[in-house]
Amino acid sequence: MSTKHAKAAKRFIRNREQEQWHNETLWLVRQKRDNMAMRIPEWEELREQANRIKAHTVAELACYLEQFSSAAENNGAIVHWAKDAQEHNEIVYDILKQHQVKKLIKSKSMLTEECLLNPYLIDKGIEVVESDLGERILQLMGEHPSHIVMPAIHKKREEVGKLFEEKMDSEKDNSDPTYLTHIARKYLRKEFLTADAAMTGANFGIAQTGEVVVCTNEGNADMGTSLCKLHIVSMGIEKVIPDLKSLSVFTRLLARSATGQPSTTYTSHYRKPIEGGEMHIVIVDNGRSKIQHNFNYERILYCIRCGACMNTCPVYRRSGGYSYTYFIPGPIGINLGMLKSPKKYSDNLSACSLCYSCNNVCPVKVNLADQIYRWRQRLNLFHKASTTKKLMSKGMKFIFGHPALYGAVLKIAPIINHLPRFLVYNKLNAWGHGRELPRFAGKSFNSMWKKGKQLTINN
Amino acid sequence: MKIGLFVPCYVNAIYPDVGIATYKLLDYLGLDVCYPVNQTCCGQPMANAGFEKEALELAMKFEKIFNQYDYIVAPSASCTAFVKYNYPSVIEDDNLPETSGKIYDVCEFIHDVVKPSKLPGRFPHKVSVHNSCHGVRELQLSSASELNIVRYSKIKNLLSMIEGIEIFEPAKVDECCGFGGMFAIEEPDVSVCMGEDKLGNHVATGAEYITGADSSCLMHLQGIAARKKSPIKFIHVVQILASGL
Repeated sequence: MSTKHAKAAKRFIRNREQEQWHNETLWLVRQKRDNMAMRIPEWEELREQANRIKAHTVAELACYLEQFSSAAENNGAIVHWAKDAQEHNEIVYDILKQHQVKKLIKSKSMLTEECLLNPYLIDKGIEVVESDLGERILQLMGEHPSHIVMPAIHKKREEVGKLFEEKMDSEKDNSDPTYLTHIARKYLRKEFLTADAAMTGANFGIAQTGEVVVCTNEGNADMGTSLCKLHIVSMGIEKVIPDLKSLSVFTRLLARSATGQPSTTYTSHYRKPIEGGEMHIVIVDNGRSKIQHNFNYERILYCIRCGACMNTCPVYRRSGGYSYTYFIPGPIGINLGMLKSPKKYSDNLSACSLCYSCNNVCPVKVNLADQIYRWRQRLNLFHKASTTKKLMSKGMKFIFGHPALYGAVLKIAPIINHLPRFLVYNKLNAWGHGRELPRFAGKSFNSMWKKGKQLTINN
Repeated sequence: MKIGLFVPCYVNAIYPDVGIATYKLLDYLGLDVCYPVNQTCCGQPMANAGFEKEALELAMKFEKIFNQYDYIVAPSASCTAFVKYNYPSVIEDDNLPETSGKIYDVCEFIHDVVKPSKLPGRFPHKVSVHNSCHGVRELQLSSASELNIVRYSKIKNLLSMIEGIEIFEPAKVDECCGFGGMFAIEEPDVSVCMGEDKLGNHVATGAEYITGADSSCLMHLQGIAARKKSPIKFIHVVQILASGL
C-alpha cells in the first residue's frame, strides 16, 4: 500500500542525520515566522482581511484582470494572454526571438517552473541564467527546487562550496557562506552585464494601477530589469489584487509568513518599461480558471506562495521536497497537484497526518488540510484508492456495524497479546515497524460495564 | 441533565480504565451518566483514510443512539472533533446532525460546562502534557502555537487542581505525534520518525508521565516508547483527574 511519497520518504529518512538537519532548519523558519506573527497584535485580523480580499478578487477575477490589463497597457506595457504552459512558452520565445535575445536572465518564478520554460528556451538555443542564488545553485547542479521560497534549502553549504569550486573557481574547501555569496555575486555580475533580456515572476498585479510587484531578498530582479531594455513578466491570473491598499495587507503578511522577516529586502513595483525599452506581461491561466469555478477547491487560488505550510508541515520537514511527485511539495503542493491531475499526482495524498497546522499558519487562510481530506474521499472515483485501506475500512465498518460482533471481537482481541512475535511482527504489519502493538486489556469497558457498574466501577 | 457516555472503540478495547475514570469523574460531579451499550465507533478511521461512505452508516447509528441525550461526553478529543466537525458533511442531511452540537471531549466538558472549583486527589508526579492536533486545532483545548491569540490550556487548568502535580510541556508544543489513523501504516517511516521526535521532546522535560486528552496519540507514543524500552509512563488526563475517587 506504499505510495510513491511513502517510498521516497523512506529513502530520505534513511539518512537520519540529514533528515534531522532538514527538519530543524525548516522548523527554525517556522519559529522565525511565529516571532514575527506574535509581534503584530492584529495578525489574525490581517489574515482574515487577506482571506476576504482574495475571496472577493477570485469571485470577480475577470473584471479585475481586465482592469489590470487596460491599466498596464495605458502605462505602456504590452499584455499577452496564455491559456496554458505551451502558449506561455511560445509567447515568451516569440518576444525573445523578435529582440534577437541570446541570453535571458531570470529572477525566481514558480510559474516558469510550472510551464517548464527553461528547458523549452534552452532547446531553442537561448541561454537561460537563473539569478536567485538558490535557483542558480540548483541550475548548476541540474536539479529542481525542493521548496518554493528557499529552493536549495536541502543543500548544505559544503555541497555548495564543492559546486562553486568546480564552476566558479572558488577556494578549495572554503564553504564560508559570506565567502560563497561574494563569489556568486561576482560571477552573477558578469551574467547580468551580458544578458539581453530580464524575466521576473509577479507576486502581485495591481488592477488599479496596472503595476506588477516583485518581492525578493537579493535584489536580483531589480538588477536584471535595470540593466536590460527588455523585461518580460510571467504572471498567473490569480496574482491580481484590487488596489495598493489591499497590497498593504499582503506585504505585511508575505515575508513574515515566508521567512520571518518584517518585509522582503526589495519590494519592487514595475509600472512601465524603462526608457527606450519594452515591458511585456504574460498573464497565464494554465488550469487556474477551472479551479476558480470549483467551489470545494477555489481557495487554493488565494495562495500567495509564502511556503509557511511547508515549514510547519511535520511530514514535509521529515521527507524533503523531492519526496513529492508534483513540482511544488508540502500541503499546498499536494492540493495543486491534485487540481492539475488527480490521477497523476494522487500519491502525495498520503503525506498528511491531518494535523491542521498548515491551516493555522496560512496567511490567507487556505483550508489546506480540509482539502486534502476531501481529495481522499474522491480517490475511489479515480480508482486510485489503496486496496488495503479500502479493505480495512470495509472490515471495520462490518465489525462496528454489528454491535454483537463488535462485542465478540472485544472479548477475543486480547488473544493477540499472546501470539508468538513472528506472527504479529512481520512485513505485513506496518505498525510493527518501529512500534510495539498496543496491548488489549484483559476486560474491555463493555464487559466491565455489563458485569455491573456497582461491582467494577463504583468500588 | 442526561449525559450519554461515548467510549470510542479503541479506548473500549485497549484503555478501558480511561472509560472507567471518565464515568467515575462524571458520576462524582453529580451527573446522570448513561452508557448505551450498542455503541461502537464514530467512523473517523475510515473517513480520514478516504472512505466517508463506510463511515456513513456508523454516523447514522451514532446519531440514533446518542441524540436523546443532553450532552455526549467522550474521553477522546479526536473522535469528538470528528463527530462535531465532520458528521455534517458525512451525513449530508438537510438537518444538521444533533450529535454534532451536543458532543464534548471530557476535559472540555468538565472545564467549560461543569466548571468544578476543585477536585480531590493527589498525583505527586511530573507530567508532560501532550497537546494533540485535533484537541488543539479543532476543539481548541489550548491555544494553537501558530495563532496570535491569548495563551491558555484547558488541560493544564484542570490538572492544576490536582495536588502535588508538576506540569511540563514539550518543545514544539503542539507538533503532531505522527499517529494520524491510517497515516501511521501508510507512511510508516515518517510516522515513526515523528513519533520518535515527539517522544524525545516529552522525555527531555524530565517528566515521569506523558498525559493527554487523546488516547490515540498516547497509544502511538506508547508503542514507540515500548520499542525503545523507554521507561516513561502514559496516563490519560481524566485518569489523573479521577485519581482521588
